[in-house]
Amino acid sequence: MPGKLKAKIVAGRHLPVMDRASDLTDAFVEVKFGNTTFKTDVFPKSLNPQWNSEWFKFEVDDEDLQDEPLQITVLDHDTYSANDAIGKVYIDIDPLLSSEAATVISGWFPIYDTIHGIRGEINVLVKVDLFNDLNRFRQSSCGVRFFCTTSIPLCYRAVVVHGFVEELVVNEDPEYQWIDRIRTPRASNEARQRLISLMSGELQRKIGLKVLEMGGNAVVGYLQCFDLEGESGLVVRAIGTACTLEKLSGGGATNNAQHTANSSPSKDMKESPKACMSGCRSSHSSPVHGAASRLAQSFSVSYPTLLFSGMGSGGSAGKEAGPLKILLRQQTQTALEQREFPFFTLTSFPQGFLLHVAGVVSARSVKLLDRIHNPDEPETRDAWWEELRQEIKSHARALGCHAVVGYSESTSICEEVCILSASGTAAVLNCRFLQDGCLDVLSEHRCDDSAPPGCGFCHVPYDELNMPFPAQLSPCCCCHRTKVPDVLFTTIDLPTDAQVTGKGCLIQARLCRLKKKSQGEGNATCISNLLPFLEYELHTQLLNKLKLCGMNALFGLCIQISVGENMLVGLASATGVYLSALPSPGGIQIAGKTPNDLTYDQHVSSIQRKINDTIVKNRELYEIHITEVAEDVIGSPIPEPRQRSRLFRSHSESSDELSELDLSHGKKDAFVLEIDDTDAVEDLHSLLTDAPTPPGFYSCNTEIMPGIYNWTSAIQMFTSVRVFRLNNANLTNLGLNKIFNELCENLLKSLYFKLRSMVPCCLCRLNFTVAVPEDELIQVAVTAVAMSFHKDQTQEANKAAQAHSQMKAIAETEEQLQFPLELNAESASPLSPKGSGPQDGSNSHGRAPSVDYSSFADRCSSWIEQLRLRAHTIRRGSIKTSSSPLPEGRSRSLRSTRSFPGSSVSVVKMTPLSFIPGAKIVKYLGIINMFFIRETTSLREEGGVSGFLHAFIAEVFAMVRAHVAALGGNAVVSYSMKECVFMENPNKNQAQCLINVSGDAVIFTRESDQEGHLPQTSHPQPTEDTPP
Amino acid sequence: MSVELDVFVGNTTIMDQEVYQLWLSGYTVGDAVKVRMDGGVLDGCDASAEVLRSDTMDQFRTFQMCERLLHNPAKLANQLLFQIPPDRQAMLIDRYYAFDDAFVREVLGKKLSKGTKKDLDDVSSKTGILLKSCRRQFDNFKRVFKVVEELKGPLVENIRQHLLLSDRLARDYAAIVFFANHRFETGKKKLQYLTFQDFAFCAGELISHWTVGAMDNQLEDMDVDLDKEFLQDLKELKVLITDKDLLDQHKSLVCTALRSKTKVFAEMEASFKNLSRGLINIAAKLTNTKDVRDLFIDLVEKFIEPCRSDRWVTIDVNLYLTHYINSAHILDTFKHQAVWNSLWDELFKMLTDIQHVTVCFLVKMGMVASGASAAAEGTRATAASSEEPVPVHPTQFTTSISFSFRDMLNVGCRAWPHSG
Repeated sequence: MPGKLKAKIVAGRHLPVMDRASDLTDAFVEVKFGNTTFKTDVFPKSLNPQWNSEWFKFEVDDEDLQDEPLQITVLDHDTYSANDAIGKVYIDIDPLLSSEAATVISGWFPIYDTIHGIRGEINVLVKVDLFNDLNRFRQSSCGVRFFCTTSIPLCYRAVVVHGFVEELVVNEDPEYQWIDRIRTPRASNEARQRLISLMSGELQRKIGLKVLEMGGNAVVGYLQCFDLEGESGLVVRAIGTACTLEKLSGGGATNNAQHTANSSPSKDMKESPKACMSGCRSSHSSPVHGAASRLAQSFSVSYPTLLFSGMGSGGSAGKEAGPLKILLRQQTQTALEQREFPFFTLTSFPQGFLLHVAGVVSARSVKLLDRIHNPDEPETRDAWWEELRQEIKSHARALGCHAVVGYSESTSICEEVCILSASGTAAVLNCRFLQDGCLDVLSEHRCDDSAPPGCGFCHVPYDELNMPFPAQLSPCCCCHRTKVPDVLFTTIDLPTDAQVTGKGCLIQARLCRLKKKSQGEGNATCISNLLPFLEYELHTQLLNKLKLCGMNALFGLCIQISVGENMLVGLASATGVYLSALPSPGGIQIAGKTPNDLTYDQHVSSIQRKINDTIVKNRELYEIHITEVAEDVIGSPIPEPRQRSRLFRSHSESSDELSELDLSHGKKDAFVLEIDDTDAVEDLHSLLTDAPTPPGFYSCNTEIMPGIYNWTSAIQMFTSVRVFRLNNANLTNLGLNKIFNELCENLLKSLYFKLRSMVPCCLCRLNFTVAVPEDELIQVAVTAVAMSFHKDQTQEANKAAQAHSQMKAIAETEEQLQFPLELNAESASPLSPKGSGPQDGSNSHGRAPSVDYSSFADRCSSWIEQLRLRAHTIRRGSIKTSSSPLPEGRSRSLRSTRSFPGSSVSVVKMTPLSFIPGAKIVKYLGIINMFFIRETTSLREEGGVSGFLHAFIAEVFAMVRAHVAALGGNAVVSYSMKECVFMENPNKNQAQCLINVSGDAVIFTRESDQEGHLPQTSHPQPTEDTPP
Repeated sequence: MSVELDVFVGNTTIMDQEVYQLWLSGYTVGDAVKVRMDGGVLDGCDASAEVLRSDTMDQFRTFQMCERLLHNPAKLANQLLFQIPPDRQAMLIDRYYAFDDAFVREVLGKKLSKGTKKDLDDVSSKTGILLKSCRRQFDNFKRVFKVVEELKGPLVENIRQHLLLSDRLARDYAAIVFFANHRFETGKKKLQYLTFQDFAFCAGELISHWTVGAMDNQLEDMDVDLDKEFLQDLKELKVLITDKDLLDQHKSLVCTALRSKTKVFAEMEASFKNLSRGLINIAAKLTNTKDVRDLFIDLVEKFIEPCRSDRWVTIDVNLYLTHYINSAHILDTFKHQAVWNSLWDELFKMLTDIQHVTVCFLVKMGMVASGASAAAEGTRATAASSEEPVPVHPTQFTTSISFSFRDMLNVGCRAWPHSG
């Protein structure tokens, strides 16, 4: 099945000087795809060569099109010696293979060299001719779309959500091959980059095949990871959720879509009054896989808050439910049971999809790596993950859930030990989206429950007497009809219709544990012994901090455990919120071991007072104003008898089952933390040292920050990396914890300081990654986006404070993209933004001259962007409608006016979120998945490790932006830096770093020119929704 | 325990103008942190000095990486490494190429060579500007010089287009390039009272009237070189002082015109011949490169100082020179030589320039006189009323006020006690 790939090398600019004598370069270009190579002529003596080559045509299988990247190498011609490579560009052809994505790749690409970084730019044009028969694609998996976004992409509608797809491919790491001893590190790094690019392509193709088998046309929530296993090889693995997506676009079809989008949620809300809730359950198994022997350990940990106890009560939950529910559940179950793993990598869902959320399920296992003998049959790695997934599945079952949402997998490798982790949220889903035809069946069983939307998913479906597991239940605070649990932990985003009081905040639990240095199996055993304690303590910390914030639910929970030679580092991040439906959290109770000592009592009570003050302050800060029940909790730190018993009860229950693990809490009357205990001191310490976010700042690690909705268009994505050296060899656990805690806190403080000009603003999707790259090093990398919002409006909104309406507004803004009519309206007034631009500027200046320079600039650029886009869409339109060479020429000229030297570079926004505030995503152009290695042998000269990494990250951003711009896009959404492996050898003056980033390239347009510029006039959509 | 690595990279490059200024002023990270702390950045922030240090380091690193691009401002606009909004780019470029008047005053007219660069530490200690900043400014001068050296067309326009500088900066750089090219002597003690802006004004006049480009617009040639032919022709002016009759005739014409128009008429009449000789000699010698270099010092010594000792005021000088030129025009010799007319017109243009320049110089002198009789005291007064020499505290951003010639004239008149 041949396709024709065509590439044209237009020009280069800013090339480096390769010939010292003349201060010039004789550059030419090699274009390689598969095994075919073409060369341009040498363009002598110029740093800005104009090759203007012919079209190089590659006739290839579409399988190759998917696997291979287009390799462009720029070289300096040398008559006498070998030609010097200036650098390379890898172009992923995949976006061109789908008819709905990009149609041409054209633009300036940075020429990248692993030693020198970016060395000038090259202008390239790439097209693919596929002979239009869509059925043909079934042979390979061309045409399957990939999205990093973990929700249904904004201009699509999910017809069917098929479910989990996974695949992994392995290969030998070129760096560890014998040839590495004789070739330069540069050559070996280039080989690595090439190989990983190839493997990613292959992986996508294979996953695509699975999707086609399932009858889907897209993968959403695509998560691809690399495991650099050192000598045992290189694993590239990916998971995702297969879907059948339908584009929401103009004409009759859209009316239809709009109709469904509008009508179904309300139905679904009625359909989903019941939710089953459980706490967290995590299990941890560590079959250590060694060459000689096989030892396996397995145990389960349940946390004090976990309302689930014991093991193996799988599937029992369904039986207790009413007949209707059973029916409903059975349908879904059958739909799901057809699948091996009913997992979904999505974190937010179409309305009505998620019925019940049950809590976090996670599983970890410790493995010893050994050489992968047969790369074509990566059975061991597959088996490992299979094991883990089975475990997750059984946990979910045990929680009475048939599905796992917000599912993700990760690894941490140190030498030959590898920790595999999988986690997700057990949930009950509506089968409507899972199967065609389910819709009709369901509509017959529509229940008449009048529970208000927004608390439904928290409700516990069974009655108190008949609970499948002991849980602390209380009546729902919203509807007072059904029971809800007291705390809810999840890995997903906050559902858009959830009722929330106040704002959310980032909650982190941080922990370090020392470990003896050892090797092989001993090491693995040691780690697997430590793991459950680590997890337990992280969990306790999370729970305490949550209570300290006066909140009762965690979303987006992500627990990372990294292993180093002599320590384990755990970092749990989540966004705490106060779910209106859940009961108000109790205070934290301090107790001493020796209650008769007077001074001691004073000490205890002073700490108690501090804690109570903090809780009150936090409630104020996050605007959690609770009516009724909550007051007595704030008023009296000592819980009422009922609460007291509850606290005690849940605690004692947990210590019962944890008896083999940790008895330190003992069985005492009415306390939560005992300060005699070293662990408790530690807990207390971490509780009280967390600095509150400075005024004007909010932070979360989820997509949406509850309570804030009036974003401006000013966004700033950033990556910050810190490496900390522990010089003191004799550290205690306590000292280590303190250091780690400070490291994270200082990092956050730095971020707040840096971004102070954007206030009021929220750091969204704060994504922390920890690593222990060397013996005494801890590395923390953060990627997030700072988005500013209009302050005056928030306050106003707070007064009007219907959390529900706010949430709805957000939902609305997101959903809005599904209304194509507005799109048309906007494109009909192409000149208006221009006219209003300067005015906007003066307005914003008049209002707040002191702040927010950036947002002003942002606005200016936004209408420039808009104009540019318009030109762009016109061009795209012409290409699509006719295939004559004429529009092609036109497109070229349009494009070239944009990119010729002198004109400025187009702005590309980047964000880890799936949306851009105040803008509509009109088209997804394809997935960006890039892998770079940078090395240096002159570390000091490049400004030390910081200088080196700073330059590299800036280069990575630049390359991502260039690729997006070349696809015709103006933003990357769902951007993430999945890997940042930094290694240094200061003595040799060397360093090396690998970075892997991914995201979705999109085209967005600004919603309207009057969008949010004047605070008085710009109450955007929410006003319509605010109840009178 | 130590932070081994600490970086922050934004998709849109974050740059704080204040930190940029500190970097440009050549501060080390430590000093910059101190200045920022004293400036109160941390007020109202819950942040430690460590945070400030990390922020400063990050930004300094960013600026260092940008510096390569700033050397070729056109590159900044279409580079891909940093995403910087266009208005920010303009700010970066303008500030990078901005210079301290105290510094430029030290190197103005000097050859932009390695030798001069070696002496920068002296300049640094003299002006109080950090050596690093001196080096940047010096390299900027050199870079601009190199860029426009081989270019044709108007100098200011070339600088503006190739280095994307603002009008004002482009004009100033044109002056610097022009002075460096001709190595005009500006460092002598007698010239110390003149600021860079005074010289920049002179340079502007000379560029627009004396250079090859000015003489022949069609030629589209360099603005930097003085028109040799023109300088050669200036020798013809000598007739005004060598021919006794002409000299007398000229004097009587001027005196008739000036009589009763000025209070210092007697002095004018007395010194006419001296002054005329002084001016014409300067003009006639300009074919020698050496004498071109000394143009300004000669003007001060041969013309301005005698005027000043006679207590002329600006208006007197202006009047004198106007009539001096006009009278020369109507001298019989020239009237009858119609062929020469156009040439003489040009020569008088030169004289007019000299008039402008000297008046400009005198305005300064005038201030001296107005201050008191003591010259030293006056110099200080000049310094204070003109724009800069006091090294400006780097945190406040130096925006130099651009003086137009007319402004100066006005200021001068007001300062002059007899002019009212």
